Amino acid sequence: MSNNIVLKKGLNIPINGVAALETMRTIVPDVVAVKPTDFKGFSPRLLVKEGDKVQAGSPVLADKQNPDIILTSPVSGTVQAICRGEKRKLLAVLVKADGTSEAVDFGKKVPENLNAQEVKEALLKSGLWPSIIQRPYGIIADPAVTPKAVFVSSFSTAPLAADAGFAFQDDLEAIQAGVTAISKIAKVHVCVCGADSVFATLKDATIHTVVATKHPAGNVGVQISHISPIKKGETVWTLNLASLAAIGKLFLQGKVVLERKVAVTGPAAVKTGYVVALPGTPMTALSDCVDSEVETRFISGDVLSGENVGKDGFLGFFDNQVTFIKEGREREVLGWAKPFRFNQFSSSMAYFSWLLPKKKYDMDTNTHGGVRAFVCSDVYGKVLPMDIFPVYLIKACLAGDIDKMEQFGIYEVLPEDLALCEFVDPSKNDIQAIISDGIDLMIKEMA
Amino acid sequence: MEENNVKPGLFEKGGKLGWLHSTWDAFDTFLRVPATVTSKGAHVRDSLDIKRVMIIVVLALVPAALFGMWNVGYQHDLKLHDLPGFWNQFFWGLWKVLPLYIVSYIVGLGIEFTSAQIKGEEVNEGYLVSGFLIPLIVPVDVPLWMLALAVAFAVIFGKEVFGGTGMNFLNPALLCRAFLFFSYPSSMSGSLVWIARRCGADAITGATPLSYMSEGSAAMDAISNAGFSFWNMFAGTVPGSVGETSVIAILIGAFILIWTGVASWKIMVSSVAGALFVGWLGTAFGVTDVPAYVQLVMGGFAFGTVFMATDPVTSAQTETGKWIYGFLIGALCITVRLFNPGYAEGMMLAILLMNTFAPLIDHCVTSSATKRRAKKVSIA
Repeated sequence: MSNNIVLKKGLNIPINGVAALETMRTIVPDVVAVKPTDFKGFSPRLLVKEGDKVQAGSPVLADKQNPDIILTSPVSGTVQAICRGEKRKLLAVLVKADGTSEAVDFGKKVPENLNAQEVKEALLKSGLWPSIIQRPYGIIADPAVTPKAVFVSSFSTAPLAADAGFAFQDDLEAIQAGVTAISKIAKVHVCVCGADSVFATLKDATIHTVVATKHPAGNVGVQISHISPIKKGETVWTLNLASLAAIGKLFLQGKVVLERKVAVTGPAAVKTGYVVALPGTPMTALSDCVDSEVETRFISGDVLSGENVGKDGFLGFFDNQVTFIKEGREREVLGWAKPFRFNQFSSSMAYFSWLLPKKKYDMDTNTHGGVRAFVCSDVYGKVLPMDIFPVYLIKACLAGDIDKMEQFGIYEVLPEDLALCEFVDPSKNDIQAIISDGIDLMIKEMA
Repeated sequence: MEENNVKPGLFEKGGKLGWLHSTWDAFDTFLRVPATVTSKGAHVRDSLDIKRVMIIVVLALVPAALFGMWNVGYQHDLKLHDLPGFWNQFFWGLWKVLPLYIVSYIVGLGIEFTSAQIKGEEVNEGYLVSGFLIPLIVPVDVPLWMLALAVAFAVIFGKEVFGGTGMNFLNPALLCRAFLFFSYPSSMSGSLVWIARRCGADAITGATPLSYMSEGSAAMDAISNAGFSFWNMFAGTVPGSVGETSVIAILIGAFILIWTGVASWKIMVSSVAGALFVGWLGTAFGVTDVPAYVQLVMGGFAFGTVFMATDPVTSAQTETGKWIYGFLIGALCITVRLFNPGYAEGMMLAILLMNTFAPLIDHCVTSSATKRRAKKVSIA
């Protein structure tokens, strides 16, 4: 059986600021945040209080619904502060790093010799369990459920995404150990970009070669829909490479090691490249990479689905990319009516970006227009290589119609899969937010 | 969306003229791109917005409109020989068509602005196109008060009651024409309405090629005897609604719409296919002797196919649905021409009817796709 997945639809957004393939430095942060908000479906209960001493791997937060699921500290240090938002919602636990590398010893293990139960227990105890995302809904995986399969995308096609081959070049052994461990629980499918990918040699997994050049071919949701679409009642898990590497290191080294190479990117970045950093590293550690005179948006992740964390925010748990872009508050005179707008990108032939196919743009956060009802019907499908009707799904979510959402494929998508639809939408609707609200409604109604 | 506070407080909500906020916002964002930045989801957005989409359609209509203006003068000159020269004919036509535009836009935009104001929303751009289309699909001498009434009906009951542009299920411009046609048939059909006259003068007789369709199997002779050939119908130097006559001008518009991706080429192609198919059946069974390809250049078929059937809001939304929808429009249009000699222009009703059925077509397409998806075998 051929494991090729050929995807033609999609769009690469030509944005400036790709990360140079060099490691600039290792960030040794003063403070690291443990953010429960990175994990959908996690309702946090504090296990520590201010002033408590923690090590890398010490429990910090537990899930109220399932106390076995915990989040642990990525560094050793003392709990400095508990950050809360509106209605006392717990936003982050700040751990002041003490600079030592003290870590909880979970014991070295050989993944080949473990069984599913042992793997699950190790992941739960070490706080790495929440790195497994369950679909549908994109929530933390339920340890009591055995999934249909586990899917891993070994590459990202998102705008300015970290080069997986470079970012994980030292982690191949750990990733292999992670794959072997997870394969004890369920069958693992790894999608690689081209047959010559370094990840094509991974063992204990089914390798699928994705033949595509455009985003969102690297999105695991798109890959799943071509390998084995999720039907009602089914669950699958997904893991990213950084999480697999951490899981591998847990078994190989016996401790929680979350350092990863993070791509520093974006048109507003004055210098780009890779830094070695922990999830929860403050953005202030990267302040030398932006021009403080320019109003800049700090995004943990990519420009399509990343989170605007602000300059005082922290790197998200799942992210290995930071993007800096300018806030677009300038008002272009007669912008929509100008025949040529050479500094604005449009994927539409209604502008003339197609004349300059190689040009990269200094994009900003301007919406380039007001919010309208859906008018155009064919722009969305062109950037979505999935067998669904995006506008119908979006409208079902807006209407809160559970049956229609099911019919139009809500189980198969996460907001990130429709991010490009949102980018190209001439009506400027917040499509990812609409899908996210739809998923929240499904969780509530199906509970 | 996060608002940047640079607008004068006068028109802000709560300001002295806050009740005019939508109107202010419409003019303000017409002149300058709004300063709104993304707040959720994708942080960067494509520079295409609905204003751009609509202006492309208007641009595509310009050749047909300019030709139509000249043709108004030219047709008048053919009968009365009092407008020598190209520019005389063009400016006389412009002078005749301009009032239609003024009425169409003042009434239509007035209602759009008022309803946006009442709802407290931004003004939709949809009427920029509808307002440009309406004068092109009516006889040039239609009384302005009738036009005003029809525009008001079309905008209020065709669009605003459903929630504005994007929510309507009937094409507002065609609804306007249908309102005129059924309310004031004597001003919309027959052989006396197609050629512009001078103020106070008597009506000028001038039938459109389509009116000879009632001759049945002798229609082609009647059309030729009246002085019409395939090529002058293709070029557009024949009587008809202002913008519908020149297939050349319409094809320029079609090229712009297809190239920019604003209108669906699938609908255009399948509509032509549907028309050719029924046109061929008509000749094969001896209902008419007008060859199928001649049907394409007669009456409002080309204009309707390119500019009206492809309205993205009221056409079918699914790609498969677009093929079905377009084919049925072309087929219905010619069917009406063949079997309804009293009123041979079938395009308007074909499109309005298919507008009504477009949601049903989409429903069938999406539910069959859903069933197909459900049958897919799981291999993991």
